[in-house]
Amino acid sequence: MSIQAAALRDALLTLNRIRALQLLQAATATMAPLKVVEDLVRPALEQVGDLWDRGGCALSQVYMSGRICEELLDQLLGDPTRPSSSDLTPAADSPRLAIVVLEDYHLLGKQIVRTVMRSSGHSVRDYGRQTVDDLVEKVCFDEIDILLVSTLMLPAALRVEALMRRLGDEAPSTRVVVGGAPYRFDDRLWREVGAHAVGLNAGEVVGLVEQLQRGAR
Amino acid sequence: MSQTRPAMTSMQRVLTAVGHQEPDRVPLLLLPTLHGARELGVPIDTYFSDPALVAQGQLRMRQRYRHDCLYTFYYASIETEAWGGESIFRDDGPPNAGAPLISDLEAIQRLSPPRIEDAPGLRRVLETTRLLAAETGGEVPIIGVAIAPFSLPVMQLGFEAYLDLMHDRRDLFDRLMRLNEAFCVAWANAQVAAGAHAICYFDPLSSSSMVPPELFLETGHPIAQRVIQQIKAPVALHLASGEGLPIIDHLASTGAALLGVSCHEDLGQLKQASRGRIALFGHLNGIEMRHWSAEQAEQQVKAALAAAAPGGGFALADNHGEIPWQVPEEVLLAIAEANERWGRYPLDWCDEAARAEALRAGVPESDTAAETASAADTAGAADTDAAADTAGAANTDGDAGPLAVSAARSAARTDVP
Repeated sequence: MSIQAAALRDALLTLNRIRALQLLQAATATMAPLKVVEDLVRPALEQVGDLWDRGGCALSQVYMSGRICEELLDQLLGDPTRPSSSDLTPAADSPRLAIVVLEDYHLLGKQIVRTVMRSSGHSVRDYGRQTVDDLVEKVCFDEIDILLVSTLMLPAALRVEALMRRLGDEAPSTRVVVGGAPYRFDDRLWREVGAHAVGLNAGEVVGLVEQLQRGAR
Repeated sequence: MSQTRPAMTSMQRVLTAVGHQEPDRVPLLLLPTLHGARELGVPIDTYFSDPALVAQGQLRMRQRYRHDCLYTFYYASIETEAWGGESIFRDDGPPNAGAPLISDLEAIQRLSPPRIEDAPGLRRVLETTRLLAAETGGEVPIIGVAIAPFSLPVMQLGFEAYLDLMHDRRDLFDRLMRLNEAFCVAWANAQVAAGAHAICYFDPLSSSSMVPPELFLETGHPIAQRVIQQIKAPVALHLASGEGLPIIDHLASTGAALLGVSCHEDLGQLKQASRGRIALFGHLNGIEMRHWSAEQAEQQVKAALAAAAPGGGFALADNHGEIPWQVPEEVLLAIAEANERWGRYPLDWCDEAARAEALRAGVPESDTAAETASAADTAGAADTDAAADTAGAANTDGDAGPLAVSAARSAARTDVP
């Protein structure tokens, strides 16, 4: 990790928005937007997520770090996933990504991952909260390559099994990454429900998505 | 080998353990809620619609599993129902809190706490408490539940909006906390008046998994201190699987008598850090429990007892405060049987296990007491936490560690090459 990325990580963990802004301003003065995201924002957010995974920081810091990055990137570069921000527009061969909360009504996990993905330059369709039937319909219609599924409660995590069965029939090429509290308490659960991968923190999901993308090629 | 102690009632057993003494055996604070519906053969929503059914379910479960408490917790969102929120029932788990009841933060200015007597759900809980108190005559602790003022807004506002409020609008945050504190104290004391002997104060937001220690000291900690001192019964502070070791000194100073701890933390370390100040309960993993065999249940129980039970100050429980619907009855029975078998004081087998471990490791015998917990805990956790433990060890290599660990973990978390 570069000194600048480590400094950004530290600014984010202490919610020091001014310092984070200074670091990003300095970077954007000398680097292309995509390079700023790749070299600073993404490693900083990945480390924050990993720190949380290991008990080194709190979920509120993960959430606020993502929020600050997203706001500052919007301020400095424009919305990184909007077409006007051409330097950061995903390439034509980028996977079609979607994120969803399955059945539960509380959306924090999804919001955190969505924010980190956007701040890392990925365009993600946000499906909000869905049931299995509605979700399969959307995935098929949008021809989603990689679906990120967030769950809060164990019954919803177990419903992924039904989702995987349906997707196996109707969208067999779609890869599914699951995440959320139940998977943090049972290492075997993601395989039990038939998911392709599990992301136990937001920072990890970016790498997993790219790994799945490579595997699909 | 020392002699076993005279048999105690559940109340005596729990009080002795909470007083940091060794009772006749380790108290089992199994906290099944939904299983009562299965016990009575009724759907979950029907079960929680009738206070007599819940009382009957609790009594039947205690008869079956021989645990040391009755638990009047219905489900978390019953409290937000009182504020105008909705609970959405399902047939395979606890009801979910519906959409947040406060969508406009400015509405907090006009909010006032509901009266307990006006809330049908809370009245049902109080009726269950009265029925259980009449039935058991003080021999079994009846544990009620109150969601902490600091944690209730996750359901009142939604998690994201609550974190925004906490960080951006401290004026409204402070007002909401005052309202929630008044409600929490009234609700807890209504349960005490109905016959509850203790209140489980659920405060997952205060855990260091959720907010950093410095923010906890500004917020969740003073709130807990103010509320707990007004509750007219002993309080068990429960972090609902959240981690608490980094703030254990502050948790011990809230006034709570017991602390519910996470399976993600080292129980031996928690015990050493809290000894004599706050008793612990936990820390069995309810999610993994779904597929435990009887032998695995016994191993997990033994590991927990060895880590935290010597000297008292410990009760065996799950780590979340609610046993998932998917956990088979056979597993709960295996846990109860293992606690019955291995939880009888004095726990001589813990000393023997520590000595054997020390001999293997070449540690002088005088050092073995402190080693007991971690050795047993490691043994119990080894099969599930191996990947994480490996990752933790790798982190000692310096700044490159976390990314290397992340990469290693990612490899273990996808089936795609």
